[in-house]
Amino acid sequence: MLSKFGADIVACGPATAVSKRLPLLTPGVSLTHDIREAVRDADVIMMLRVQLERQNVEIFPKGEYFRYFGLRLAHMALAKPDAIVLHPGPINRGREISSEVADSQRSMILSQVNNGVAIRMAVLEWVCSAA
Amino acid sequence: MRLLIRNGRVVDPASGLDARRDVLVDGQVVAAIEPRIECPDATPLEAEGLVVAPGFIDIHVHLREPGIEHAETIESGTRAAAAGGFTAVCCMPNTIPVNDSAQVTGFIVERARQTAAVHVHPIGAISKGSKGERLADIGAMQTEGAVAISDDGIPVMNSGLMRRAMQYAASFGLPVIDHCEDLNLSAGGDIHEGLQSVRLGLGGIPGCSEDVMVARDIILAADTGAHIHIAHISTANSIAMVAHAKRLGLPVTAEVTPHHFALTDERIPGYDSNYKMKPPLRSQRDIDASIDGLADGTIDCIATDHAPHTGHMKMQEFERCPFGVTGLETALALALETLYHSRRIDLSDWVRLFTNGAADCLGLDRGKLRVGGPADITVFSTDREWTYDVNQTLSKSKNSPFGGATFRGGPTATIVSGRVVWTAEDGIITPA
Repeated sequence: MLSKFGADIVACGPATAVSKRLPLLTPGVSLTHDIREAVRDADVIMMLRVQLERQNVEIFPKGEYFRYFGLRLAHMALAKPDAIVLHPGPINRGREISSEVADSQRSMILSQVNNGVAIRMAVLEWVCSAA
Repeated sequence: MRLLIRNGRVVDPASGLDARRDVLVDGQVVAAIEPRIECPDATPLEAEGLVVAPGFIDIHVHLREPGIEHAETIESGTRAAAAGGFTAVCCMPNTIPVNDSAQVTGFIVERARQTAAVHVHPIGAISKGSKGERLADIGAMQTEGAVAISDDGIPVMNSGLMRRAMQYAASFGLPVIDHCEDLNLSAGGDIHEGLQSVRLGLGGIPGCSEDVMVARDIILAADTGAHIHIAHISTANSIAMVAHAKRLGLPVTAEVTPHHFALTDERIPGYDSNYKMKPPLRSQRDIDASIDGLADGTIDCIATDHAPHTGHMKMQEFERCPFGVTGLETALALALETLYHSRRIDLSDWVRLFTNGAADCLGLDRGKLRVGGPADITVFSTDREWTYDVNQTLSKSKNSPFGGATFRGGPTATIVSGRVVWTAEDGIITPA
């Protein structure tokens, strides 16, 4: 949906977790396995939770996920100076995102979570009243 | 310190140089390669009648450290490598513990820094403990110095895990090396399944046990884009499949060992466990395909699969003893005999199989002789007659089928980072 608003989207994650066909889904999407490439000059960095409970088999070596795919404070210097960090929550501190980033001024995570509740309430209200 | 290698035939396949040259080494780098160099304060090394080549690289050895130090150590194994003319080796991860973590990789790198006679590049495991269940810490091992991943000797039977390993390794730019063996097809086998296995009453390891895995790996290389390197290829069918994959432009490379192109299963003299290895010695047809493959470029390099085992392990019944033979000290001589003296491969292509051909399989920045480059140099003779006395081996193990063999040609001096670490006259030369 974001690409319809003209956003350039860079998807990043282990090769075993991100389909190489993702860029074919819609225009404006590219793929990298290097988080430094992904955050370079970004306006918005959207993180997702590592959902180990949904992996029937371990699809990447989980012990090194943070080292190669986790967002750390040093990465923020690569993004635009006013870039913000989003994450739908709940977060795994030290897995996909460091506490320093999650609790930083540039993190809009709590606001995103708050707004997420309001939007879900609005959608439910709309769906129920339309029936 | 300066070293002047004089009057040798300098062969560098990467640049196409094959001419009589002097080579001046200054410190750890090659300072000059010229028809005639005068440098009175340099230590001379006379190479008249000898070949001066980039340092030879063996991308498949077992150094047994950590954990199996009674069979080999990083120190003893790299000394044997130096005596074999090798200036760099890549060591397989089936140690105790398995090299499946940054900690073990780091240990090997550090021990090599302290004790090794030649350069050592560790190869990390594909799966934790090489158990074929969960991926090892592939990125972390690479960061510590691992140059490839492999579950050599304990091949990954689970094709789903192999596919994930190849996807993941490819995104880190790491090649995946496979010891191609379907363990269900090879189960109970000791030597190649052929007339000799029937004669000796030993269980057979059919060629198809290798072929099905080579086919699988090529298919997964096409699917994932990962570079697959086929270790110790040994059958005509597998070589034909690699040739086909290369014609398709797939990222597939292969190595062959000297014992696989020098001996057939018919040469196994009864129940001598020094002829027991995996893959097993194959048929004449397979050997012919190996030599053709080396000559036409299907097979990229020669690697020894140097696999030391102590005497008490090998001195068991044939069926009970472990697989594997040593090979570092006899590789050059066997390759000269089978490939060069037989006039199947010219000298420059022959050198390539041990130098840039090997380096390119794993993306190593080695195997070239150039001014300003590292002074890793192998000096060898194509004609010197010598006899391999396995009791004098620098390896801690003696499980070679070539003890007592007389050869024509072999290494005469090994130079690592500008220092002569071994010569045929003086043996290992430790730093002053």
